[in-house]
Formats: sequence, structure tokens, C-alpha cells
Amino acid sequence: MNEITSESKQMKNTDDEWEPKILAFLCNWCSYAGADLAGVSRIQYPPNIRVVRVPCSGRINPYFIVKALLDGWDGVLVSGCHPGDCHYLTGNLVARRRFGILKDLLEFFGIEPDRVNFMWASAAEGERFAVLIRKTTKLVKKMGPNKKFEKKW
Amino acid sequence: MEKIGAVMVVGAGIGGSQAALDLADSGYKVYLIESTTSIGGVMAQLDKTFPTNDCAMCIVSPKLVETGRHQNIDLSINCEIQDVIGEAGNFTIKVLKKSLYINPEKCTGCGVCGRECPVEAIDVFNEGLANYAATSVKYPQAVPLVFAIDKNYCIGCGICQGVCKAKAIEYDRKDEEVEINVGAIILAPGFDEYIPPEGNLYGYGKYKNVVTSIEFERILSASGPYAGRVLRPSDGDVPEKVAFLQCVGSRDYTGKGKPYCSSVCCMYTAKEAVIAHEHMHQIQPTIFSMDIRAYGKDFDKYIIRAQEEYEVRYIRSRISSITEVPETKDLRIKYETEDGTVVEEDYHMVVLAVGLNPPNDAQFLAEKFGVELNEYDFAMTDIFNPVQTSKPGIFACGAFSSPKDIPDTVTQASAAAGCVNQLLHEKKGTLITEKTLPPEIFVRGQPPRIGVFICYCGINIGGFLDVPEVTKYASNLPNVVLADNNLYTCSADTQTLIKDTIKEYHLNRVVVASCTPRTHEPLFQETIREAGLNRYLFQMANIRDQCSWVHMNEWDKATEKAKDLVRMAVNKARNIEAIERIKLPVTQKTLIVGGGISGMVAALNFATQGYETFLIEKQKELGGFARHIYNTLEGGNVQEFISDLIEKINSNKLIRVFTQAEIEIIDGYIGNFKTTVIHGSKKEKTEFEHGVVIVATGAKEYQPTEYLYGQNNKVILQSEFEKLLNTSNDINDKKSVVMIQCVGSRNDDHPYCSKMCCAEAIKNALLAKQKNPNVEVVVLFRDIRTYGFKEKYYREAREKGVIFINYEENEPPEIISEGSILKIKLKTLKMGEITIESDLLVLSAGIIAKREDNEELAKMLKVPLNDDNFFLEAHVKLRPVDFATEGVFVAGLAHCPKTIEDSISQANAAVARACTILSKDEIEVEGKIGEIDMARCTGCGMCIDNCAYNAIELIDDRRFGRVAYINSILCKGCGACAGNCRCAAIDIRGFTGEQIFAMITGRN
Repeated sequence: MNEITSESKQMKNTDDEWEPKILAFLCNWCSYAGADLAGVSRIQYPPNIRVVRVPCSGRINPYFIVKALLDGWDGVLVSGCHPGDCHYLTGNLVARRRFGILKDLLEFFGIEPDRVNFMWASAAEGERFAVLIRKTTKLVKKMGPNKKFEKKW
Repeated sequence: MEKIGAVMVVGAGIGGSQAALDLADSGYKVYLIESTTSIGGVMAQLDKTFPTNDCAMCIVSPKLVETGRHQNIDLSINCEIQDVIGEAGNFTIKVLKKSLYINPEKCTGCGVCGRECPVEAIDVFNEGLANYAATSVKYPQAVPLVFAIDKNYCIGCGICQGVCKAKAIEYDRKDEEVEINVGAIILAPGFDEYIPPEGNLYGYGKYKNVVTSIEFERILSASGPYAGRVLRPSDGDVPEKVAFLQCVGSRDYTGKGKPYCSSVCCMYTAKEAVIAHEHMHQIQPTIFSMDIRAYGKDFDKYIIRAQEEYEVRYIRSRISSITEVPETKDLRIKYETEDGTVVEEDYHMVVLAVGLNPPNDAQFLAEKFGVELNEYDFAMTDIFNPVQTSKPGIFACGAFSSPKDIPDTVTQASAAAGCVNQLLHEKKGTLITEKTLPPEIFVRGQPPRIGVFICYCGINIGGFLDVPEVTKYASNLPNVVLADNNLYTCSADTQTLIKDTIKEYHLNRVVVASCTPRTHEPLFQETIREAGLNRYLFQMANIRDQCSWVHMNEWDKATEKAKDLVRMAVNKARNIEAIERIKLPVTQKTLIVGGGISGMVAALNFATQGYETFLIEKQKELGGFARHIYNTLEGGNVQEFISDLIEKINSNKLIRVFTQAEIEIIDGYIGNFKTTVIHGSKKEKTEFEHGVVIVATGAKEYQPTEYLYGQNNKVILQSEFEKLLNTSNDINDKKSVVMIQCVGSRNDDHPYCSKMCCAEAIKNALLAKQKNPNVEVVVLFRDIRTYGFKEKYYREAREKGVIFINYEENEPPEIISEGSILKIKLKTLKMGEITIESDLLVLSAGIIAKREDNEELAKMLKVPLNDDNFFLEAHVKLRPVDFATEGVFVAGLAHCPKTIEDSISQANAAVARACTILSKDEIEVEGKIGEIDMARCTGCGMCIDNCAYNAIELIDDRRFGRVAYINSILCKGCGACAGNCRCAAIDIRGFTGEQIFAMITGRN
């Protein structure tokens, strides 16, 4: 089943350039609001991200990220409130600590560090959000499809 | 006249919104009247807020959305007050609702009209630094999100009417006059900034690169005219040298500005300098100021950080002139340094820290409401109740009564609500409406039957991606019974359609693909609830704000993304379950820890409302710190005030006072606390239950070890001097009195300002001069912080001959005791080293926290202390009297050094906040919270460390042994615990691991 889907995906993309699919976890209070603001301000950015809204970046279990990579997402992006701005007081600090470790671990596995990105964007930073998405998309695109976890047997 | 259980709040800035929310949550009907077209006031215009550098929009917008959606708040924008009659308890107000020329019921806020409008109007929100259309909202996150046509600019071309698919534009819409009947009124019109008049000294209006602080605030903002880049208006270059000038239009006795201090400019200037440097590191800010008035909680630390970490340079000087350098448009500033030399420097940009004026319509409001204004045209308020205007039943909060910052405004807003509670308590709950809802349909265990509604949003979605294609795709997803599309899913007729569809197709999950859940989720949740579905059986896919609007030129890819987003929402919907909100009973009794002014004011307010109150005081008698104070600077008789309070407390049957009391245990949580107190000389033990706690434990005066205090009897404290002045005539045979400010404040041990000492010193200096005009009074100071209207007394003291001499922190005065003579040696910049002989040396000792007491109480209540051992509130800006732990509040000196008036406001504010809990028989807690799978939990306790709300503890379970337990009342559902649980034993309802996995996986 997995093979068929990845095959059909590649078929669909033969006529134009390969486009990565990036999963984005956005915290409800800052980054998700920042993404909305980018929309309201009509700031254009590449259509590669798919957003999962979470209450706080602290909610994100490292396993979610690993699972996304296992499932064939080409990149994962996590964005929360700026350090010190957390709606839940310290959630983003907890997240920052956790993701620091996860990133090291992923690198140890052989996942390119640029595939998994962490950033901060506030509810007033629509422009910054768009810039970060452009940057992330470019980074992941350079890396090519995520095949590290593809089953070979 | 019969009292009315409704309140009118005039002005919907942060103050008005807070007051409206507090009252609406306590069971009053609130009419919130705003003169502009959206709520939020000045705070919505700010980029960041001091001293935490919080993003203003991030913290204010959830509050505004809540205000806009509250069942008991009737919000009217674009209004004008016509007429007010009546008295406390029963007022009738005539309000003119001016037409927006757009039907607010129909307008969905999609914004197509504004984009098509051919006319450019000045963008007032961005302070004229940008343009926008004549058909517009004030700012993108505006509440309510309803567009308005500015008839001053509109040319009546009719394009907007043509493009509006919701048919909301009505050019002939008329103004409407309404009569509103309320029991009390809160005035919160805010302030207007000082605008330097034509021909001003600073060249504002003449030189392009001279801007006001509020304009600069917009320049800093990410949503401002330059998208957060700091550029100067003349040529769009980055200004490397930026000068900030303080006291523009404040502390000005020339008649051009205002004589009072605007209280907030020192801090917002420091913030703007810091943020400018943070945005672009090449910017080097210089601040010209007279005194640095960083008198609030943690403000001094912010100033120090600005200087040390952000390279902000402070120059103590008021500049003498600005001229523009014609070739470069730079600005040449001439000023005199402290040692008297005249310097000329060039800057790329100049920011004027403009003061706060009373609102432009202050006179109008005063006349309409029959309240008096003070000499500066701010609302006159009671000396011991800063929110009470001259007319009973009408209260004022925020900058309308004096210039103040956001936390003080929010505190006063709650305080005004607290006073309204006191006035109208017997009418509580009489005018609010409660919806009757059908019983919830039981869906657990049934196979998911999902209905998907996809919105065109006029052309906002349908114009940029293929909605029919997405609908077709959705209808083929597993468990989707029906997929439909609508022109506007949020319109009233679609709500009916959704409800009918739920019934017809027996849907048990609903997905809406449209705009953002942040604004529209509650609306749809309400709809499905009305159809009998649990609110949480709902999912949203954001295919507008995060798809069609940001991929406007990529039809195929936007369509593909929308499909993915819809599929992810459907996948999640398949896994969602109904969530029941837990209801808790509330014990309608209160505990107040501390019997000083704050504690007593709070206790009386509670008792007036009929709540039984337990007041605990450690000392033998009530009164606290204020027992040592005779008068306030403004002339209020403190001793009389306290004895009056004590008398009222003792005669009130609902208040039980425990003196010489200590708390043994406080147990429980919001609504249900149980406390044991040991009190009296016989150490009796009493146990009682209560629903809320107010911490008002106060603070103490610093006991100096410096300046020979305790060694020489001519060295006394300011409080001792006050006693001497008020109870004896000893001052009459004194020739010279020297006061030293900042003793035990603003140093390494206590790195904060004690706020009240400057006013105390000036008060006593004035009294000394009054009793003995021949006495020489010298005040040695670092900064004189007579903020607000206190500035008047500073000036009066100077006029009466009190001498003020500045000293630096690293060169404090030196005291030499020679027999019966005291000599004070001091290095000054202007006069070199000087020596003053004195009969009396008065030390203005600071306020320090009761460390041990506070630590003990903090531990019992599970609330935090700051570095200086004062209690730390839930949010410095917007929750100044709340703790993160619900049901616990703080007031008075326990929070930080403050004046008596501030303490009284805070006490009333704490009461108002507590009443939002006490006014209900049972409280509902958030449904999306954490839950523990005990079978998986190993009891490692990692979650406890991550929980910011102390909601988790380890318990011994009969079957599973030592496991974590989440107190669902305290849990806020952030998920910090679940993200960290190594056994996957914790899940967050509404954001469960299973649901998120479903979203991630199942791609095709």
C-alpha cells in the first residue's frame, strides 16, 4: 500500500518539479495566530505546509515528529511562542529543551538536521511566519524526498 | 428607585473590556459602548509591552475575542452618548449608534470590499504612516470583525456593494438611537496622546524624521507600516543613531504642555529603545531624560538591562534645540550635560516620548454623566477610592482618572467592577440570559458519521482554489456521510442548514472547512450543540487564512493543500469523542490573609455583598503598615480612614477576624478550600471552608544598617520623622533636615524602587516647612519619582525652598558624626564636593518583602514569588491580581511596593476577580485537559516538574501503586506533561496522541 502511494505521488509530480510536503505543528496562541495574520495580510508563501494545531508547543511529543518522518513527510516544522511569551507560562521552554535533545537523536539516526525545524513566531508576526515558511521549504526541498524510513523489504 | 442588574461600560480598550468581562462573568448584563469601530484601544496598537517584552497583540486578542463573544456583553461600536439621567442603581442612557453603512449582522469580515475599494483613506491605526481603503476594519485582528465605510472618503462608486456576496453593504443604513437602563456606569474612555502643536520646539510636523512614540510603536510592529523593520520616514534608511526625548508635553510648566508627569513614558521609551535595538542591532538608542521614573514592579531591572544588554545610553538632560541638517535630513540636537557643558550631536531619527492627555472628549463626557474633572481635565476621584468619581454609581478606570500603564489600568478596571458588585449585588443574575439547550445525543461507541461543510467565503476561498473539487474529495473519505459547500458557512441561514443536516443524516461529527478556528470555532460549536451534539464533536480545517489567502496564484497547489487539510480534519474527527466539562460546587465564603488596608477593604467589600469572610491578621490588631502613616501626599487622613475601616469590620457580622493568627494548613483548590488557623494568645485552633483566598500579607520597612542608623539618635527613618512631625513640635527648634532617598532600594540587595518614598519625603518636607518655615530641608536623591499628579507637590516643595540634590548610586553621601553635629559630605557634578551640617538625618527606607512568611504561604498555596520575594501574579500585564493557581488572588504590598490608593484598587480588583467564581453555585472547568492512564503510569514524576500550574501530584492508587494524578480543576490543558511522558500515560482530551497520529498518517 505504502509503495503504491509513493509511486502515484511521484507519477503526479513528473510534469513539474518535486515539491516536499512539510508537516507543521503550530501552537494555538502565537504561531497559529501568526499564520492567520499572514493570511489576513495576504502574504504569499509556498503551499508545502500542512498545519496541525496544538494547544502549546509543549504538547508535542517527540514521537509525533518521529511518526511524521516514518510516515513519509519530507519535513517537520514546529513553531511556538517566543521564549517568555508562552500562554501557558513555560510550555515553550519545556518544548525547547525537549527538541534540542530530539534533534541530536535524529541526527544520530542519520536524519538530516534541516528536515526538522523549530522556530518561534508571535501572533503579530505574519511576515516573519511567511519568511520562515519560505526558508524551511527551501531547506527541505534541497534535501530531496525523505526516504530514510522507507521499508526496503 | 429600583436597582437594575445591568452595567454600562463606556470605552472598550483593555480597561473597559476587563471591567465588562469581570461583571459579565459575575452575573450582570453589560452594555459595552465604544466610540470607534473596534475594541482594544491603544494596547492593540502597541508592538511589545514592558517589562516583559510580551507581544501586545498575542496577549490582548484572546481577551478581545472573549469580550466580543460573551453571552452577557452587548457590544456596540461607533456609538455616541446622547443623554444620561438617573442616579446610582438606576440610570437611563440614550446612545446614538452611528451607521457603519454595512449591516453588522450580515458582514462576515471577509474583506473583499476593502480590497476592491478604489479610494485610499488615511490609516489611523497606523498613525497616518500608511494608507488603507475607505471601506475597512481598523486592524486585521479587530473585534468585532465588521467592516465600516468611512463616509469622509467614500465616493459612492458602488463597487463594494457589487462585490459583497453577503449583501451586507447598505449605503442608506441609518443611525439608530437606543435607550439603555443600567444600575451603574463605568467610564473607561482612556486617553489621547499629546500631539506637539505647530511651531513646537522639536520640529515635529516640520522634520520628517521626528516621530512620536506611538508612531514609532507602529514602526516597530510586525503588522505596522514597514512590517517590523525600523526605517526612518524620510528615505527608508535604517536609522543607526536614534534619540528618544522624554517628557514631551509632560512636566511642562511653560503652558505649552501639561504640568503633570505622564507616568508611563520613561518605561515605554526604554522598551521602544530595547525593541528597536533588538529588531536591528545597528541601532544605537540614546534617551534624554530628566528623571528615570521606573517606579513599578521590576521596572528598574528593565532599565538596567536596557543599559547593559541593549547598549541604551541615558543622558540626564532636557534638550535645548533640534534642527534638521538639510542634506541628510539628520537631526542636530543641542543639550547641556550635567556638568554644564553644551554639546551638539547629530541623530538619524528622533522619537518624542509624548505624554498622556485626558481624552479629547473628557469635558463632553463629564458634562453628560455629571462627573467632575480635576484641574488637568482628568476624572476627579475619591482620595481613598481611586475608581469612585464625584457621582455615586459612576466609576472611572484606567487613564481617564490619571495617566497609567496597562497593569494599573486592568487593576482599576477590576476594582471598578468590584465597586459595582458592592452596589448592585442584590440584582446579580436578574438580567442575564441563559440558553436552554436540548439534551446531548449519546454518540460514544457509534460508528462515526461525519458531515463536512466547505465554505466558499464569497470569493475568498472559492476564488483561489477549487471548492467543488475539494467537496467531491471530502465526500469520498471514509465515514463521511455528507460533504456540502456553502457561500458563507458562518451566515445565519447556514447555521440552520447545519442543524437540519445533523438531524436528517444523523451526523455525529461535524467538520467545517473555512476560516480560522480562533475566531469561528465557538460559533460552529454553539450550532452543533443546539442540534444536540456535544461541542467537542467538531473539527475545523483552515482553508482560508492558511491556504487560499496565502496561495492566491497557485490554484492547483492550493486545491491540493485544501484537500489535505480537509482530510486531516476528517481523520481527526473520526477519533474525537464527546467531552464533558466537569462541574464543581463553590463554597461561597472567603479567606483573606492579612488585615492591613488591602485586607480590610477586600473583607468589607465581600461582606457587603453577603459573603462570609475570614480575616486573618498576624499582629494583635488590624491596620498593618498604614498604622505608621498619618496622611497621604494628597492630604487624605490615613489614621481616620483606618479606624473607620476597623470599626466597620468589627461591627460586621459576616466578617470573622482572627488576630495573632497563623495558618497551619490550607488544603484544596478553587471553590473548595479548607483552612486551619491557630489564633489568639491561647493558640486556639479553628477550621473552616472557603471558596477563594486573597493574599494581602503586606511588607515591611527596611531597617538600615548604613548611614549610622541605630548608632546616632539624629539619624531616623522617614516613618519616624512623620511621627515626630505629627505628634510633636520638635521640628520648630531644628535648623536643618537632610533626607537621603533610596536607602535600601535600587541597590544590589533590593534592586527595585519602593515607589512611595519620594512622595513620603516630599510630603514630610512640605509639612516640616509648614510647621517651621525657617527649617532648611535638603533631599538627596537619585531620581525623583513623583509620577502622575504627584509632580505638583514636587514642584510645590521646590517653590517652598526645599533643596533637591542629585547623587549617584556609586557615590552615596558620607555621614560624619562630630560630637553633637552631623555632617553630610556629598560629591555633586555641578558644585563639586559639598558638606551639609544637619540636626536631623532622615532616611527614606525602602519596602522589603516578608521573606520567610511569604515563602511559607507561597508553598502552602502553590503560588510563586519573584526574585525579591514579593508574590508573582499570573500575568504582569493582564492578570495583575490573579495567580496562575485559580481561586487565589493578591492585593497590596505583598505584590510589590505601592501606594495606599493602589492597594485599595487592588483589593477591590481582587474581590471582583473572586466574585467571578463566588457568584456561581458551581463552576465549569475547561474540557480539553489532561488525563492519566494509570495502568501505564510508572509514577516517575516527570510530569510534575513540567506542570506550570501545580495540577499534578503523585498518589497511591489501590490497584496501580504510585501514580500521577491530574487535578482536572487546576489543569489548563497545555500538554507539557503529555509531551514529556515516556510511558505515553498522559493524553490531552481534544488533542490526544491518537487524534494527532490520525492527522499525520493516512495520506493518499
